[in-house]
Amino acid sequence: MLSVRNLKRLSIGPVDLDVAAHDIVALCGPSGVGKSLLLRAIADLDPNEGTLSLLGESRESMSAPDWRRQVMYVPAHTGWWADTVEPHFAGLSLALVKDTLHRLGLESTALGWQVSNLSTGERQRLALARALAYAPKVLLLDEPTSGLDADNATRVEKLVGEVAAGGVAVLFVTHDMAQAKRLSTRRLDMTSGQLVEGTP
Amino acid sequence: MTGVYVQLSYIDLAIASVLLLLAGGLSVAMNLGLEKSLGVAALRTTVQLTLIGLVLKMLFEMVSPLWTGLAALAMILLAGREVTARQSIKLRGGWSYSIATSALLTAGGIVTILALTTAVRPEPWYDPRFALPLLGMMLGNTLTGISVGMERLSATLKREKDAIEARLVLGHARRDAVKPYVREAMRAGLIPIINAMSAAGLISLPGMMTGQILAGVDPTEAVKYQILIMFLLAGTTSLGALMAVLATAKRLGDERDRLRLDRLKETPR
Repeated sequence: MLSVRNLKRLSIGPVDLDVAAHDIVALCGPSGVGKSLLLRAIADLDPNEGTLSLLGESRESMSAPDWRRQVMYVPAHTGWWADTVEPHFAGLSLALVKDTLHRLGLESTALGWQVSNLSTGERQRLALARALAYAPKVLLLDEPTSGLDADNATRVEKLVGEVAAGGVAVLFVTHDMAQAKRLSTRRLDMTSGQLVEGTP
Repeated sequence: MTGVYVQLSYIDLAIASVLLLLAGGLSVAMNLGLEKSLGVAALRTTVQLTLIGLVLKMLFEMVSPLWTGLAALAMILLAGREVTARQSIKLRGGWSYSIATSALLTAGGIVTILALTTAVRPEPWYDPRFALPLLGMMLGNTLTGISVGMERLSATLKREKDAIEARLVLGHARRDAVKPYVREAMRAGLIPIINAMSAAGLISLPGMMTGQILAGVDPTEAVKYQILIMFLLAGTTSLGALMAVLATAKRLGDERDRLRLDRLKETPR
């Protein structure tokens, strides 16, 4: 599904990797090694070079917004551009959004909440719901459960598993080896800007 | 003209300079340590103004399109430098200077030429006695608008990086993601001239009008000129700030809809 060849950016690469539909790939490695930067480069958020394609279509053949809608990066700490939650879901199917919120342990009234009152965990789950509402083909998740309690972490893992079962390719960064083992079908380890296949 | 123009003699200036001695004496008495700066500043003001007086006299006598144009260009280049000097956060690689100077050149040039050919109509239209002071007023006000607008945009995009990138990752176009901040920067750039127009005549008597009145012009005539100038300033400032803010927004992004804050540098003022 997602193919990355010879990806280079400042302090990273060259990196080759493939993530197929239904695949859940864990990206592990010590802090500061460039895992988030790698996800940002795949999403084309920073200047980078390499040959990337989605379902055989090269990244350059589509506009950057088209690429990002399909290869969606969910940062560990996302930003908000309006005062309440709902405007961040403008133009999306609210029925679908509310269903996702329930599965993540959030009430549908969450859409009316003030962003400034949200906890870290609420922000993180709302950001995931926001990304899923665009029905991306590839999900790039940066520490998707870092701010969550055990129950909510389980909800997120379950939802990610279901999304992958539905045909989405998932690449996620984690520092939790148990989570990597539990959730992923494959593990990649990153050291000093390079990737190696992890031993299960 | 209804009044009489009162010419100043060098003796008059010498008498006024006694006030400088007073200021210097105060500095010594209160231990402010400003005597030297005060002296240097007074000397600079005398020398600089005398020189510009001589230059203007020469230019006014020549009425040459070439020399008037060169003087105008020098003014624009200096104004561009002033814009960059005022910014604590600016674009790397001379982009701030280029954008500010181009905006000043286009906006100041268009509006000054428009005013000379349609409203003031001296003969010839480029008569430096009219062209240079008009351009000077345009540049002085527009450079504030441009400087404030560009700096506000850069600072806001930096502060709102997370919010902007949150929209970019969802596939929103960069143009949409930065639009609210472009609008905010435009507003910041235009507020000074709006305030100046609102306060004119009530709180402040604009310098040009005061000058004309001192030179013996009938106040109602001076006011007409001042209103014309205010409208011209509003036009130049909005045009210049719009161009500079949009160009800065473009430079802080790229063709792959990224936010390029790496093109900014901060310099402590």
